[in-house]
Amino acid sequence: MPENSILGSSPLRKEGRAKVLGEAKYVDDLSLPGMWFGATVRSTIARGKIRKITFSQDVNWSEYAIVTASDVPGENTIVHLTRDHPCLAAEQVNHPEEPILLLAHPDKKALLAATAGVHIDYEELPGVFTIEESEAAVENGDTERIIWPGSDAGGTANCFKQYLMYSADAKDTEQGLALAFENADYIVQGEYSTGAQEQLYIENNGVIAECNKDADGRVTDVCVRGSMQCPYYLVHALTLVFGLPEEKCRVIQTETGGAFGGKEDFPSVIGSHAALLAMKCGHPVKITYDRAEDMAATTKRHPSRTRHRTAVSKDGKLLGGTIEFAIDGGAYATLSPVVLSRGTIHAPGPYKWPYLRVRAKAMATNVPPHGAFRGFGAPQSLFALERHMDKVAKVVGLTPEELRRRNFLSTGDCTATGQPLNDPVDMQKLLTRALEEHGYHEKLKRFAEENKHSSIKRGVGFATFMHGAGFTGSGERRLNSLVHVEVNADGRPNLLVSSTEFGQGTNTILCQVAAQALSLPYENISIAQPDTRVVPNSGPTVASRTAMIVGKLVERACKKLLTTLQDYASLPPQHTPGEFRKAAGFYVAEHGSLRSSVRYEPVKPIFWDDELYRGDAYPAYAWAVYVAEVAVDLNTYMATVTRFDALQEVGKVMHPVLAKGQVEGGVAQGIGYALYEKCVWKNGRMLNNQMTNYIMPTSADLPPIHVHFEEVPSAHGPGGAKGIGELPMDGPAPAILNAIENATGVAFHSIPLLPEDLFERFASFTERAHGGSEELDGSIDRDTRTEVDA
Amino acid sequence: MRSDVTQFELTAPATLTEVLRRLADNPGRHTVLAGGTELMVALNTGRLATHSFLSIQHLRELRFIRETPDTIQIGAGATFTDIRGSKIICAELPLLAQSASWTGSVANQNRGTLGGNICNASPAADTPPALLAYDANVTLISAASMRELPYRDFHLGYKRTAMRSDELLHTITLPRIYAGHRQYIRKVGTRNAQAISKVALAAIALVEAGRIIDIRVGAASLADRPLRCTAAETVLIGQTIGGEGMEALVRKARAALAGEAEPIDDIRSTAKYRIAVGANLLEEFLRSL
Ligand SMILES: Cc1cc2nc3c(=O)[nH]c(=O)nc-3n(C[C@H](O)[C@H](O)[C@H](O)COP(=O)(O)OP(=O)(O)OC[C@H]3O[C@@H](n4cnc5c(N)ncnc54)[C@H](O)[C@@H]3O)c2cc1C
Repeated sequence: MPENSILGSSPLRKEGRAKVLGEAKYVDDLSLPGMWFGATVRSTIARGKIRKITFSQDVNWSEYAIVTASDVPGENTIVHLTRDHPCLAAEQVNHPEEPILLLAHPDKKALLAATAGVHIDYEELPGVFTIEESEAAVENGDTERIIWPGSDAGGTANCFKQYLMYSADAKDTEQGLALAFENADYIVQGEYSTGAQEQLYIENNGVIAECNKDADGRVTDVCVRGSMQCPYYLVHALTLVFGLPEEKCRVIQTETGGAFGGKEDFPSVIGSHAALLAMKCGHPVKITYDRAEDMAATTKRHPSRTRHRTAVSKDGKLLGGTIEFAIDGGAYATLSPVVLSRGTIHAPGPYKWPYLRVRAKAMATNVPPHGAFRGFGAPQSLFALERHMDKVAKVVGLTPEELRRRNFLSTGDCTATGQPLNDPVDMQKLLTRALEEHGYHEKLKRFAEENKHSSIKRGVGFATFMHGAGFTGSGERRLNSLVHVEVNADGRPNLLVSSTEFGQGTNTILCQVAAQALSLPYENISIAQPDTRVVPNSGPTVASRTAMIVGKLVERACKKLLTTLQDYASLPPQHTPGEFRKAAGFYVAEHGSLRSSVRYEPVKPIFWDDELYRGDAYPAYAWAVYVAEVAVDLNTYMATVTRFDALQEVGKVMHPVLAKGQVEGGVAQGIGYALYEKCVWKNGRMLNNQMTNYIMPTSADLPPIHVHFEEVPSAHGPGGAKGIGELPMDGPAPAILNAIENATGVAFHSIPLLPEDLFERFASFTERAHGGSEELDGSIDRDTRTEVDA
Repeated sequence: MRSDVTQFELTAPATLTEVLRRLADNPGRHTVLAGGTELMVALNTGRLATHSFLSIQHLRELRFIRETPDTIQIGAGATFTDIRGSKIICAELPLLAQSASWTGSVANQNRGTLGGNICNASPAADTPPALLAYDANVTLISAASMRELPYRDFHLGYKRTAMRSDELLHTITLPRIYAGHRQYIRKVGTRNAQAISKVALAAIALVEAGRIIDIRVGAASLADRPLRCTAAETVLIGQTIGGEGMEALVRKARAALAGEAEPIDDIRSTAKYRIAVGANLLEEFLRSL
């Protein structure tokens, strides 16, 4: 790396100035001439047939555009991996808040009375609301409760997808497992579960759609702009809903106020809806959800249940294990199969398993579809594993540290999918450093002493884990991402990618990569606002792939551009910005334009077998050790994280300030996941869809978060970078619950772990609790009564 | 926004007299609006029942903090920020200053008023436990009359108060007798800021020669209204702190509190938790005496 390297420094964010000055325009700031406003009429029940829709006499319906399923010109589906998910429910609803009918009006206020004036009559059907209920329906052959029929994409009744993953040949592994359990000194079992989590981006979902028609009233093209992560996903959805070719479905990403996965799949829904309304009323239509609608009706993290059974020798060696991993997918398949896949592949963690079987499934329930959320299945299965490792250690009589040290993967080993770790991996060193940075050993001793005399019990715990960067297995090859770098007449390079900025730093790091590769100042590089008419499909902005995969493409495109200029415009090998400008100007004058395009190619050959679920699961992994210190107050049963250390090896750190921000934010989100954020459900409906009672931690609840990096450059990313975005979501929850066990001696297996849950376990140790005969009814709120609903 | 604001009427009469006249002319028709931090939430969620509002936010005659030789008088229009920032309240009524400081956010505190906090009559509100512990009086005013009553008699049930529909809360009066008292307050919210109480306890006690000669305890979220814990007080008054009987006393006090509390399970917590933690806080207070 050159000395004054721009990669590894922390230049100002490209869009930072506009955001700080309030000039950045989010979708709710935008207006198009003649624009109308849209609203969604949603199901009030979890599951049932739609018998009749009636319209109140009190509303002048001639002023409104009304869209139902029968208005959909193409296919009534929101396409993801299968086509089970209707754009608008036609005959049956399968979850509360399912969209049934759309309304638009020039005056936003007029939508309130109108939405209330649509009455829908249902014939209710029984619903299933948990993984267990969904399984039971299948096991008991309860056809009434088979809520999802199966699919031609590997789904069976009530089950969207299953995976069976072996650490080697299936038969050999089964034999090995049988032997391992027979010869084990200990067999350790455990069941772990995690709850749903709301992404809680600051900006709710919102879009504006336009629609053009020909003289016969047929739709010729649509355009949707809005808050989103993956413009080409929405293009794909629109092509089906409207029966139009890709180039007739234009999508523009507007400034996006946070996403965390919550704007990966969902914009396909709201975007299609707005476009249908625009088609119907002949005006641009804006739909923005308010917080309550966004929380109640859009996707959340999949709840999960993991069962571990592990054979261990008395010296703490893992001999074999089985992992049963199940997630709750909600009412439609959406992205559940891929979330399940990532969860499955991360389930074995950073350990050597001589014999391992992972059986995984995504079950259907009558709740709004769960979707993408930072970590994408990995936080769920890693929570289970890292709690289980502490349990195994306890049973064997080793420290959590020693048990892990005896089983870590290291360079040259193969992961459970059979992927050889050719790049250097040193979990031993990471663990040593993380514990040292935290003062772990000293605290372990000190707290054990202090806790004897205090009603505040302190403890420390940690989790060791990894996160794969990029799409799983053959995913990147299938995506076949494309990027362009063009040089404008003024000699300034402009990056054309569909990768989106939503607060995490895409614009900035990709411009850094280009500046580095082109030997130009960062300020000279610009990046286009993603507009599918202008930018190529460089894949979705998900899966910790932007820095590593798209960054590498940008790097390659820039190098190719330099070669072109060196070959055809006499650019010297070591150029100044002036020489670059001159050469580019010369080339543009000669050829009309200057553009360099590259497509994804694996840096090294990647082998993946989708059938056997074996091979190179990810091009590269980030490795991490997270350490939590907690205080549990036995007067209030509140557990508070009092210090957090996050050490990770993510390859080259491209932008230290942004990288640190990603980790701090992820840890905060992980603390929320572990100790605060609980979705309260009743018959599939989220009851606490307000920020006052969906408890996200505030800055007053967060500890000092110390972020540390090890840098081991990777061949897969630009300048050696790997992915970082999702990793920090994986470690906090198990580290915190491990620390709580250390503090109190009590093991907890489920998150979110609220004070009420701690209380239930500790009540017997303190004064007996009195009263409390009332059943828990989450619909009651004595303070505001605002949640009381029919 | 789930309300159509054009369907609401908001008037800002120039004087308090004018507000009271309008309330008297059409009892029950108007709702007074102080900081609006409670009412605007209801407006946003589309659950605001009344449609005519009289603003009292601008009325200077309701926004004051005064001292007399025996009392501190706080106008219903005093904001949480006014209260936190008042030297005399910080010095003499620290529980009130403390509760104001952890109400909502700083923005809430700049607009929200003490009067609104009391009249909204939420069992979870932050200042009532302190006002109960300090044995406040409230002055209610109408076009026809002015009356003063002990604050402990103000809350009649869930969101029901002793205030008539033609009345306003004018002043909250607190005695200046707490210099020698031990004082305790703790809020157990859903998180450390921007939180509604799951349970909160405010208490004062005067201990002389090891005996409790004065004690008052107020609690939030332990009943359908802010609760003055008289049963626990009765158990404790006159008792000796420390010494042999302490463990028994703590147990009796906990039991008394548990007996008079009637919390519920709701979206924020459970009844069992509320009672146990309420008792833990009381114990924490007693052990600090
Ligand atoms: C984000 C947020 C966080 C909050 N956090 C907290 C918290 O932590 N703790 C807490 O206790 N509260 C909290 N609240 C609630 C609210 O801020 C307080 O209850 C505040 O004290 C209300 O005062 P206000 O002046 O804004 O009342 P308003 O909203 O104006 O009125 C509230 C009620 O009181 C009546 N009223 C007001 N003044 C008088 C008067 N002088 N005479 C008769 N009736 C009157 C009104 O008619 C109305 O019914 C929060 C609110 C929000 C929006």
